[in-house]
Order: sequence, then structure tokens, then C-alpha cells
Amino acid sequence: MIEHLHPGVILILGGLIAGALRGVPRALVVLLAPLAATGIVWGAPEGVIVRVEFLGYALTPYAVDKLSRLFALVFAIAAFGGALFALNQRSRLELPAALVYAGSAMGVTLAGDLLTVFVFWELMAIGSTLVIWSAGTSESGAASFRYLMIHLLGGVLLMAGIAGHVADTGSPAFGRIALDSTAHWLMLGGFLINAAAPPLSAWVPDAYPEASWSGTVFLSAFTTKTAVYVLLRGFPGAELLIFLGMVMVFYGIVYALLENDMRRILAYSIVSQVGFMVSGVGIGSETALNGVAAQALAHIIYKALLLMSAGSVLHMTGRRKCTELGGLFRSMPFTAACGMVGALSISAFPLTSGFVSKSMITQAAADGHLFVVWLLLGAASAGTFVYAGIKFPWLVFFRSDSGLRPKDPPFNMRLAMAFFAALCIGLGIFYAPLYRLLPFASAYAPYTASHVLAHLQLLLFAGLAFFMLQPVLRPARTITLDLDWLYRRFGPMVARACARGLSRALLALGAAAQDLRVQLLRWTLRWHGPEGPLARTITTGSMALWISVLLAAYLVVYYV
Amino acid sequence: MEKHRLVRPQTVKLLWCAFLVILALTVAADLAVTHVPHFGVDGSFAFHAWFGFLACAILIVAVKGLGAILGRPENYYGTRDD
Repeated sequence: MIEHLHPGVILILGGLIAGALRGVPRALVVLLAPLAATGIVWGAPEGVIVRVEFLGYALTPYAVDKLSRLFALVFAIAAFGGALFALNQRSRLELPAALVYAGSAMGVTLAGDLLTVFVFWELMAIGSTLVIWSAGTSESGAASFRYLMIHLLGGVLLMAGIAGHVADTGSPAFGRIALDSTAHWLMLGGFLINAAAPPLSAWVPDAYPEASWSGTVFLSAFTTKTAVYVLLRGFPGAELLIFLGMVMVFYGIVYALLENDMRRILAYSIVSQVGFMVSGVGIGSETALNGVAAQALAHIIYKALLLMSAGSVLHMTGRRKCTELGGLFRSMPFTAACGMVGALSISAFPLTSGFVSKSMITQAAADGHLFVVWLLLGAASAGTFVYAGIKFPWLVFFRSDSGLRPKDPPFNMRLAMAFFAALCIGLGIFYAPLYRLLPFASAYAPYTASHVLAHLQLLLFAGLAFFMLQPVLRPARTITLDLDWLYRRFGPMVARACARGLSRALLALGAAAQDLRVQLLRWTLRWHGPEGPLARTITTGSMALWISVLLAAYLVVYYV
Repeated sequence: MEKHRLVRPQTVKLLWCAFLVILALTVAADLAVTHVPHFGVDGSFAFHAWFGFLACAILIVAVKGLGAILGRPENYYGTRDD
């Protein structure tokens, strides 16, 4: 019986129950539900676990293989860490919504058929929108609405694609998909919107930083990584993904380097890191796919850690702009240390989880003789170290003293950060258990002298470039235009222009109608008015005259 | 206020010296470690060192240029609560 319990559903139910509770019972539910889900996923046997018949289709809402187990496991761990971090959150909606969101993300990874994928996919969109919205500010309200619109668009594309696929093949099973029909392109489009692929990448930095100090931790973990999972399962080796991934990688780096808001820096960084993974899916070799899965796992943990440290700063200072922060290591040494561990992990520094995972993708590019891709991945690794490894901790915790002296955050938040920091370093040193979880058997050895030295050179000299050119990159109180300008500025501008044009046309039409009415009245008055020819009283004399004229005419006609 | 020992000028100078020594060591270590080049250019001496430096320098300058074109005041989309 217990093996039939779907861990995602446990999380969703846990979220719904937690919504009705307060205090200690609520804390217990939000911590125990992810722990139970972790235990169940860990112990679940491989293969189809639940099979149902629905509308004549054989559905498998709960199936496990190595790939789905890896993702479901890290989702459950992320939900646990996030819940531990968010226990002091005042909003009563955020944590329950976050558990529903996490549970649906697990639902997608454990789905053996496309209909189940779609149902959990949409539930995920609702859960995540509520997480953003529950921050309760006017910005979060507007951002959550824009976020929902983008994700509903993705959902529509996905639904149309799935419907077409099922109509073509007669089976809703979710396996490898070739890009040979419109339906399959639509499905890819739906997946790519959630992966924040271009042209719709801007929703990540637009929406995620508007969530509360704890909400962003959840958001960073699930949506984009679920997209990476479905791409891994559906479209490995689709070459287009290499190109899209590269665009994402550099888009994220460039915008993060220009950004002033620490949480927006980390949001751009999500797009950049997911770009590495999307490229890896496009490369498609076993090493590349292993690297993508490993990096997804590592990224969820180090990005959550980075956002926890940024969230702690926001929670304790109420500020999120680099220009208003700085020098916080004096009073927040624990948060600064955890932020540094996250920063080193995302930069793939040796002895961190980033190094043992990301280097696999670079290796796959080299093995596949993809010179340009390999070169760009190298440059991107160096760039990542600059914006995330150095810029974020440097501007927030070091650099000039802002005069702020906030304390480290409460115990549970420190515990959550310590847990994830330990995972970052633990997985970096003891990587064998991580490699055993990967979808393919791996003989990859990350710690060769050549690998370590090459990577150290790359990162340290990138660091030298940063410190030498630091005056050029001084943070400014600016934002950088992005494609969301199209729907935040240009769209409303066009709508306003249309509305103005329409109201002018209506006014002109009204004036013309008024003019016509006046003309009509004048004409009626002229012919039918008191003086009008058709309204005159005809006298008897003139009638007798006209009759005699008629008779005379008749006589003339008669004689002629 | 007494400056924290990490930000005193002499500590910063020391950190810079240590950093430069480490950089020199990583380059020197290239003499002792054999790389297996995949493409040719990656077999050149201390490839990752000069490539990492150059890539970042180019990236930073390019980003600065792009920032001048695409940068807008932070309340461009309306004022914020915080």
C-alpha cells in the first residue's frame, strides 16, 4: 500500500492541510510532508507503480526510473530546506502554496504519460503564481499576473501539442519525441517557455525577485528544473537546444553583470545556469545528459542557498539593492559564509557540487568536438564566476561599508543555510553517490590534475579581470531593458494609442451624426414646415383655375 | 569607528599579494601537469589562464557598452514600495 502513495500528492495534501493550521502543528506538517516524500521517492521501486484507465487511454500517473527519481528526490529536499527556511514567514498562504507547487513539480517528474504531465504542469503554474502573489506588495501582484499570463500561454502550447501528439499516435505515453510534426514543435515550445528560453526569458527576473524573502527560494527550484527534466526525457540531442541554451547562458551573464538588485542578479543567473543545462540536452551524449541531470541537482541546492543568503539579508535589512548594501560580513558572518559557499559552488570551484557537475557538460562538448560550444562554455564559466562568484558576495557582504549592522537571521534560517551549504561541499567532495543517481553509468573522473588546474586558472584569472576592471562595473541605480519591455511598455502604449484613436473616431462619428440630424431637420422644415410648399393650404380659387386649365387642355386634345 | 581588520589597507595589500602569488603558482603548475588538448589551441601554455582573463575582460567591456544603450532609471516601470 505505502509504495502506491504518490510523494507529490503527499506534498500537495500537506500544503492544503498546512493552510488550515497555525503555529507548531503547521511547522510540523510543512517539515514532515517533504521528509515523507523524500523517504518514499528514495525507496520507490523502478517501473510503473500506478496505472489507471481514463477515457480509453492507459495512464501511468506514477512511474519511476533513474532520471525521475533523481529530480523528484532533489525537489523533495528543496521543499524541505525551503520550508525550514520559511518557518518565520508571516504570510499564511506562501508555504501551503509552495508545498502544492513542489508537489506538482514532483508530479511532473513521476508522470509516465503526457496527460498527467499536463495536469501537474498547470497545477505548478497556479502554485507558483500564488507564491509570488502572497508577498502582498503591489509589485508582486502585478508581477504574478504577468507571470501567470506567460505560463498559461506555455500551458496552451503544451496542451495543443499533447492533443496533436495523442491524435497522431493514439498513445499518451511520454518518451523521446522527434521534432517531426507541428504538435511536437508546440510541445517543445510549451516546455521551453518554462525553461525561460528566448524570446521569453524575462519572466524569471521580472517575477521571482518580487516574491517574499522566502518565496524566491522555492521559485528558483522547481519551474525551470521541471522544464529541464521534460527536455531531458523528450528532446535529448535536439541540436536547436545547443543554440538556445548558449543564448540563455550569455543573456543571464550580461544582464546579471549590469543589475543592481541582488535578487535580480540571482534570477538572471537562473536563466544562465538553465542555459548550460539546455545546451547539454542539445549535445545529447550520455556524458552531457548525465552532466545536465547532475547540474540540475547541484543548481537547485546552490541557488537555493544563494537565495537564502540574499533572502536573509532582505529579511534583516529590508533592502535588496547592491548600492544600498555592502560590508555586511561584520554583523552577518554566518550568512556571508553560506553565501560564499553558494557563490563558489555556482562558479564550479573545485571541492563544490558545481565542479563535479558542470564540468561534465564542458567535457561532453570537448568529446563531441564542438569547438565553439566548448569555447563559449569556458567563457561562460569564467563569466559566471565574475557575476555570481564575486560580484554578488563582494557587493553585498564586502566592498564599502554601508553602515548597516543587521544580525544573522533566526536559528531555523541559519539551519536551512547550513544544511544546503553542507550539501554543496559534501557533494563536491563525495561525488560518487551523486554519480550513482545519474541516468547513465558514469566513468567520469572530475578530479584529475589537468581538470582542476585548468578550472582554477580559468576562474582565478577571471577574478583578476574583475578586480582590475571593477571601476568600470560600479553598480548604478539602473535597470536594463529586456524583452518584457514589449508587454510592459510597448503593448500598453499600443493599447493606449488604439484607445485614443478609437475615442477620436467615435467623437468624429458623433459629430457627423449630429450634422446629419441637423440637415435632415432643416430639409423637413423646408418642405413640411409651416412655410413649406407641401404644408400650404391650397385655396378654392386656385383649385377651380387648375380644373378649368385641365378641362381646356382636354378640349384641345379632343379637337386635335 | 575602528576599521575591521579585513578591510585595513595593509590587509588588502596582503590579500592582493597572496592572490598574485596564487595566480603565478597556477600558471607555473602548467609546466608540471600534462593536458590532453582536444582542439589544439587548448594545448597552448597556460591556455585557461589567458583565455579566462581575456574572456572576462571582453565580456565586461561589452557589457558596459550594452548597459549604456539599454540602461534605464530604476523606476522606469513605475515607483517601487521599497
